[in-house]
Amino acid sequence: MSSSAQIRIRDLHKSFGDNEVLRGIDLEIGEGEVVCVIGPSGSGKSTLLRCVNLLEEPGRGQVFVGGTEVTDPDVDIDAVRRRIGMVFQQFNLFPHLTVTENLTLPQRRVLGRDKAAAARTAAENLARVGLSEKADAYPSALSGGQQQRVAIARALAMGPQVMLFDEPTSALDPELVGDVLAVMRMLADEGMTMMVVTHEMTFAREVADRVVFMDGGVVVEQGTPDQVIGAPRHERTRHFLSRLLDPAMAEVEEGTSDQVGKAG
Amino acid sequence: MSGVTEPAGAGARPRRKGLTRRQRRRVSRGVQYVVFVAAVIAFAFAADWGRLQDQFAQVDIARQMFPDVITLALRNTVLYTLSGFVVGLVLGMVLALMRLSSVGPYRWVAGIYIEIFRGLPALLIFVFIGVAVPLAFPGTEIIGGTYGKVAIALGLVGAAYMAETFRAGIQAVPKGQMEAARSLGFSPARAMISIVVPQAFRIILPPLTNELVLLFKDSSLVLLLGVTLEERELSKFGRDLASQTANSTPILVAGLCYLLVTIPLGFVVRRLESKAGEAVK
Repeated sequence: MSSSAQIRIRDLHKSFGDNEVLRGIDLEIGEGEVVCVIGPSGSGKSTLLRCVNLLEEPGRGQVFVGGTEVTDPDVDIDAVRRRIGMVFQQFNLFPHLTVTENLTLPQRRVLGRDKAAAARTAAENLARVGLSEKADAYPSALSGGQQQRVAIARALAMGPQVMLFDEPTSALDPELVGDVLAVMRMLADEGMTMMVVTHEMTFAREVADRVVFMDGGVVVEQGTPDQVIGAPRHERTRHFLSRLLDPAMAEVEEGTSDQVGKAG
Repeated sequence: MSGVTEPAGAGARPRRKGLTRRQRRRVSRGVQYVVFVAAVIAFAFAADWGRLQDQFAQVDIARQMFPDVITLALRNTVLYTLSGFVVGLVLGMVLALMRLSSVGPYRWVAGIYIEIFRGLPALLIFVFIGVAVPLAFPGTEIIGGTYGKVAIALGLVGAAYMAETFRAGIQAVPKGQMEAARSLGFSPARAMISIVVPQAFRIILPPLTNELVLLFKDSSLVLLLGVTLEERELSKFGRDLASQTANSTPILVAGLCYLLVTIPLGFVVRRLESKAGEAVK
C-alpha cells in the first residue's frame, strides 16, 4: 500500500448489460503483498480480478500494474500481460500439448526465447511445483491438482511480476486442494505479489497480508486476516463468513437462491 | 405426475388373458424375420438374374478395363478430389475466420457465400466454371487446365461446407483456451493459430474426412467440363467403356472402385470419432 504499489485500481466500474457488477472499486496492492479477495458469488470479485489484466474491459476507472496504465486505450496489452501471471479456476492448460510444451510454447512464441532456454525455464518451474516427473505427460493424464500446479508453473515460466489467482482451488476435489495451496504459499513466501480470489478461509487467514471482503460490487471491508476474518466489523461480512465456515447451519432465505445453492 | 414408469404400472395391473409381455415380444420379432425373408425371396425371384449377369458381370469385359481403370481413372479421381479438397480447405478456413471476424462486411460476405454455395447443386457449379467463366472472361485460361477447373469447382463447393465445419470446430474450443493464451501475452491472431486452431482441427477431423468422401463422389461431375481421354476419371471412364462395349459391366467395376476408397475412409472416420470421444475425457 506504500509508494511501491504493483497493482492500483481506481474507481473501477463494470456492467454486463443492465447488471452493474463493479460499483467503484479502489484497491492497492503493494510489492510482495498477498491480498485475498473474498465474498459471495456474484459479488464481482472474479470480474475485478479479470479487469486487472483486461480479460474484462472495465466501463470506467483505471487500473495500473507496475506503473503502466492497463486501461489506457493505447497500451500494448500483450506486453503488459507478459508481466501478469494468471491462474484460472478451470486450469485452462492446452490439452493438445504436453506439460513441457505448455510451458515452452508461450515462452518461445511470446517472449521469443530459444528452445534451450525455454526448456530450462520450464524444467525449473516444474520442479518448483513438484511435477518434474510429469514433464512429458499430457494434461488429460493429470489430476486436477496436478493440472493446476502445471498452470501455475506455466504462468511463472513467463517471469511475471504479479500473479492473479481466480478461485484456483474451486474446481478441485477436496483432497487435492492442499497441494495447490502449498505451491501458492511457497510463492507468497518467496515474495511474489499476489491477488487471490478464493473461498479458502484457512489460506486467507494464514498466508494473506490483507483480506478484502466484497459484496454487491463494492469493497465492504478490508484489513488484516485477523481483522476481517477474525473480527469482522460489518454485518454482511459476518453473515457471509458464518455461512461459509458452517454451511450446514445456514437457514433457507428468500431471494438468495444462489447462496442457498452454494451452501448445499 | 408422470414419474410412474410404464413397466411398474403394467406390473401393478391385474394380468390380462392371452399373451404375456415376453410372448408378445417374441411373436413380434418372429413376424419381423418372416417379413424380411419373404422380401428377400420375392426380390430374388422377381429379378432376371441371367440378364442381369449378362449386362453387369461380364468377366472378360471387366478384365479388359485393367489396368487403366486403376492407373488412369481411379488415379484421376483421387487427384481431382485431393486438389479440390486442398482448395476447399484453404478457402473454407478463410471463410470460417471471416465468419468469426469482428468486421461486419467480412461476416456478411462469408455468410452469403456459404448460403449460396451450400444451396447450389455441385453440377451447376461445374457448368458455371466450364461455360460461364470462359464466356465472361474470354481469353483467360484457368491454370492447370481441367485439373485447375476441377480444383476450383470442387473447392468452391467444399469450402462452403468446410467453412461451417471449421467455424463449429473453432467455437467448440472452450473460451478459457483463448483467455489463457491471451493472459500469457499471445496476440489474438497468434493465440488463434497456435492454440485454438490446432485443437479445432482435432475436433473436426471426422467431419472433414466425411467431406473428403463427398468430394470424392462429386468429382464424377468432371465429365461436364469435357475431358480428354487422359483426363477421364472413374465415372466417365466407366460410361465410355459401357457404351463402347454395349454392356454395363464397366459401370459396376467403376462403382466398386469408388467403394474401394470410400469404405476404408468411412472406417477411418469411425476410428477418429471414437478416438476424439476419448480425448474429450
